[in-house]
Amino acid sequence: MRDPHLLALTVNDSEYEVVVEPRRTLADVLRHDLLLTGTHVGCEHGVCGACTVLLDEAPVRACLVFAVQAEGSSVRTVESLADHGELSDLQQAFSDHHGLQCGFCTPGFLMLAEGVLAEQPDASREEIREGLSANLCRCTGYQTIVDAVHATACARRESAS
Amino acid sequence: MKPAAFTYHRAHDVTDAVGLLSDLAAAGEDPKLIAGGQSLMPMMNFRLARPSALVDLGPLRRLPSMTALDADAGTLTVGALVTHHAVETATLPDGFAVLARAMRWVGHLPIRSRGTVAGSLVHGDATAEWCLLALLLDAVVVTEGPSGRREIPADELFHGFYATAVEPDEVVVEVRFTRPAPHAALSEFARRHGDFAIVDAAVALDVSGDRVAGGRVVLGGVAPAPVRVPEAEAVLAAGGAPGPELFAAVADAAAAAIDPPDDPQVTSAYRRRLTRTLVADACAQAAGGPR
Repeated sequence: MRDPHLLALTVNDSEYEVVVEPRRTLADVLRHDLLLTGTHVGCEHGVCGACTVLLDEAPVRACLVFAVQAEGSSVRTVESLADHGELSDLQQAFSDHHGLQCGFCTPGFLMLAEGVLAEQPDASREEIREGLSANLCRCTGYQTIVDAVHATACARRESAS
Repeated sequence: MKPAAFTYHRAHDVTDAVGLLSDLAAAGEDPKLIAGGQSLMPMMNFRLARPSALVDLGPLRRLPSMTALDADAGTLTVGALVTHHAVETATLPDGFAVLARAMRWVGHLPIRSRGTVAGSLVHGDATAEWCLLALLLDAVVVTEGPSGRREIPADELFHGFYATAVEPDEVVVEVRFTRPAPHAALSEFARRHGDFAIVDAAVALDVSGDRVAGGRVVLGGVAPAPVRVPEAEAVLAAGGAPGPELFAAVADAAAAAIDPPDDPQVTSAYRRRLTRTLVADACAQAAGGPR
């Protein structure tokens, strides 16, 4: 291991300490060192968005962040969404609207959608579509994913008012 | 793929970053700076880039000047770690509002959340929106190196094919945009929104009364570096009423002046056609501003 670093990471409000090579991406540390395998890895060069997580509440590609760069930041992954096995509203909406088939891209879409909705709680369907265009899905044709996120946005607005 | 091994060094201020770059180079290393990493990391994951050491500018985010956006007397100063998304969501004066509007073309939200303005300029991709905007609004890149500070005007910055005038031992401190353009727009075409543009065009119109009396035309994707097109700017300088006739003449002049590259995916003729369409579109949008 070249230039090992002892790294303190905050993931889903838990503190972790790991020894990693600097070249280890955040995606790989989450999966291989912390065994949080919900975050998926597709293209490894920032195109597909399967590895999207929230870094200090902003959606980022975990394959385009070295884990050593994330020290001192707060990371949220798809594992943070469900509460003791009960799906979150967004996850339930993906199920209700058939927003997944094979499911490989789903963790990335969920975290991207959480990032988009946190920033634009009043997002229109078109704004949601533009935000979701960051990620690739090869199964659904996207319509049902937009449906799921739009339904979640509307439900959250309803319950906030 | 996974990046090649490197050693990792955190810089705590600009002097520290400059010192680390010098010390590592003196020790025979091949150091590179990383900020947002949204251009460097894909290249490292592909092993197109394999620096032996990275100097992380991340800790400098706690210095207010590095993340500040300051508008003052016709100049917009952008700290070196300001992200695309920070510009997108900032309230900018009319003369610089084009910067915020153009951000929707820069990758996607996750890229914009992390990538930096200065990083994009130093990377020097010939289609990068920031490179075009730097030429459009007379940006000045301020760097610090072992021999002190220097200022690099945008028209001396781009040397082509990812090469810029910023030296390997220099750190960008801030970028100043010095030419406000209330009537300006950027337009581009990519196969998929958020991908690298095949061609992009940025236009600023100098409007006097109800007439166009000059302006700038900048193109990306038609040469190894982003370029201004004097032939098209001459048409604007000759003046006229803003409208489809003038804008078509500007677009024709731009398309005639360039000698775009030919590759198996995109022919030279197609880039020329895109140039005509995009310049006319950017002119029309610019004439509609400020919005």
